[in-house]
Amino acid sequence: MRAFTQHKGVVAPMDRSNVDTDMIIPKQFLKSIKRTGFGPNLFDELRYLDEGKPDQDCSQRPKNPDFVLNQPRYENASILLARSNFGCGSSREHAPWALEDFGFRAIIAPSFADIFYNNCFKNGLLPIVLPEETVEKLFQATWAEDGFELAVDLEAKTVTTPSGEAYSFEVDDFQRHCLLNGLDDIGVTLEDADHIRTYEDQRRRTAPWLFRDLSAG
Amino acid sequence: MRETTMAGKTLYDKLWDAHLVKERDDGSCLIYIDRHLLHEVTSPQAFEGLRLADRRPWRLGANLATADHNVPTTNREQGIAGIDDPVSRTQVETLDKNCDEFGIVEFGIQDRRQGIVHVIGPEQGATLPGMTIVCGDSHTSTHGAFGTLAHGIGTSEVEHVLATQCLIQKKMKNMLVRVNGQLGPGVTGKDVMLAIIGKIGTAGGTGYAIEFGGEVIRNLSMEARMTICNMSIEAGARVGMVAVDDTTIDYVRGRPFAPTGELWDQAVESWRNLHSDADAAFDKIVDLQGEDIQPQVTWGTSPEMVTGVGGEVPDPEREQDPIKRGGIERALQYMGLAPNTPISGIELDRVFIGSCTNARIEDLREAAAVVKGRKVSPRLKQAMVVPGSGVVKAQAEQEGLDRIFIDAGLEWREPGCSMCLAMNADKLGQGEHCASTSNRNFEGRQGFGGRTHLVSPAMAAAAAISGHFTDVRELMQ
Ligand code: SF4
Repeated sequence: MRAFTQHKGVVAPMDRSNVDTDMIIPKQFLKSIKRTGFGPNLFDELRYLDEGKPDQDCSQRPKNPDFVLNQPRYENASILLARSNFGCGSSREHAPWALEDFGFRAIIAPSFADIFYNNCFKNGLLPIVLPEETVEKLFQATWAEDGFELAVDLEAKTVTTPSGEAYSFEVDDFQRHCLLNGLDDIGVTLEDADHIRTYEDQRRRTAPWLFRDLSAG
Repeated sequence: MRETTMAGKTLYDKLWDAHLVKERDDGSCLIYIDRHLLHEVTSPQAFEGLRLADRRPWRLGANLATADHNVPTTNREQGIAGIDDPVSRTQVETLDKNCDEFGIVEFGIQDRRQGIVHVIGPEQGATLPGMTIVCGDSHTSTHGAFGTLAHGIGTSEVEHVLATQCLIQKKMKNMLVRVNGQLGPGVTGKDVMLAIIGKIGTAGGTGYAIEFGGEVIRNLSMEARMTICNMSIEAGARVGMVAVDDTTIDYVRGRPFAPTGELWDQAVESWRNLHSDADAAFDKIVDLQGEDIQPQVTWGTSPEMVTGVGGEVPDPEREQDPIKRGGIERALQYMGLAPNTPISGIELDRVFIGSCTNARIEDLREAAAVVKGRKVSPRLKQAMVVPGSGVVKAQAEQEGLDRIFIDAGLEWREPGCSMCLAMNADKLGQGEHCASTSNRNFEGRQGFGGRTHLVSPAMAAAAAISGHFTDVRELMQ
């Protein structure tokens, strides 16, 4: 996984709450058996005027000029500013894959849906929770200024505006550690393989019905 | 960690404690997973990850796979070859190949036991009280109806569970949703859950594990409890649970993978402890009164945009909060609905009875009871019934429900997710309104530009007969 330490980039404002993962990446693109290539279909139904199909050349499709990411000023955005409950709905990890593939490195919102929030960390994408008022201020600033940028520092747990205002955010220590170092958490868990075996042995004695082997029929 | 030694434990606390492998210094916890369910959409990249890292599944026998999202609901005799869309076909084939290669048991698309993953787990007894259960699917919360700790995970976590039989977790907070009193006739588990979501909102449960309790829940069948737990995620909670009681145990007894003989007795004894202690402390308690709940219909593009069948589409003018007002306006525009339209005035194009929320035998019985001896409205382009599994389908046919549906003019299909998310050929056309027993009314969920209204099976059946929403209680008189 790509590590995340610091990042500075243009902010794109996604001004609606309850953005669900169906909206982030519609189901027809979930048929892929790969992890990559979802970027062109990020927010497909909002971004294009026609119905998207898998394996299509998206550069030829009619774009919705009203959609925020189609506006030239947000073309190179790498930080998404969003409203509450971002990423609700389905557990599809294709949502962070699509955001990451498009070029986003961080998402700022007053709140995120649990599964989506977790999925981001597995993919080098940093979800940042800031208070509603702060997010509102950032929206205003983003609209007011072309090319408005924010600097995110995961080590220091801060988001800083061009004028030097810094907002700190909370993040789980373990998730931060993995993201800072680009760690594969399966490898980290397997360091505890002995603990897992000990747990299993003890559990097998007290609750043997949990260990019925389904593959044995 | 929260202090739990003094006060009693909640059901969630008990399940958590029983599965804690290790708490690390940084507060993250390793939680053991008893059952892992897999389907074709969220697993291919996880298997690929295992291969790339040269890893093997930790405990093969804990896994159960089936294809459900992409499968066609017609022409099943042709097997995988009957899937027209080549991309869908590849995904289903990939699941077959992966299960073969790694030795994971799979109910293939011609297996009688195939079905929606959250229907087959309980049906086969692969879901047992007291388990931790995960699946790369947010509606895994369904299994919480059995007093399990069950939730959806992403694909990276699917790989993590395959490789380690564990997940790295942080403990959630405890919420109790109590539904007191009694439900009126014609009011079902689905209506209860939609009313709960209407009350607490789609983010109301974020960060919580919800336990559903109260007299109404205690009196519900396992099917209805599954419907309620299923939609916990629509209330923002990854986990929904119901305490174990005789209803639970009676449902599990005799299922193919359930324990038998002495092991059964031993299991039941331990399952009897799967409830919150009387003095357990919850971080939040929400109360609803069963008598107040009407049959529900969603009018918008989020499950919290819901009201009773006697109600109206809201007027954004009356909403003070500008963000909410914008949300209502956008939803009404997408749904093609004018403010203040009576719910019963919404005309329909299609009806879908199915999904992991409402495609179990009881759901089909409820729908059949309403359409029996009646005819589907000529207004409708289509009304279809998609059973949740091959076992449900066989049971329904044995009871003659298929005939009732077909005689009334509904289509009787093969099991799968179908128009719940329209990954197969079953979809809404642009602008079409659908009464659907599924769980999500998001924009485009059932087809590009499609307009979904979530309802119970009985309400969907009533809508099929009338061609618009109707209070099912009127048809029951
Ligand atoms: S029926 Fe719908 S909600 Fe349930 S698993 Fe299938 S697609 Fe997901």
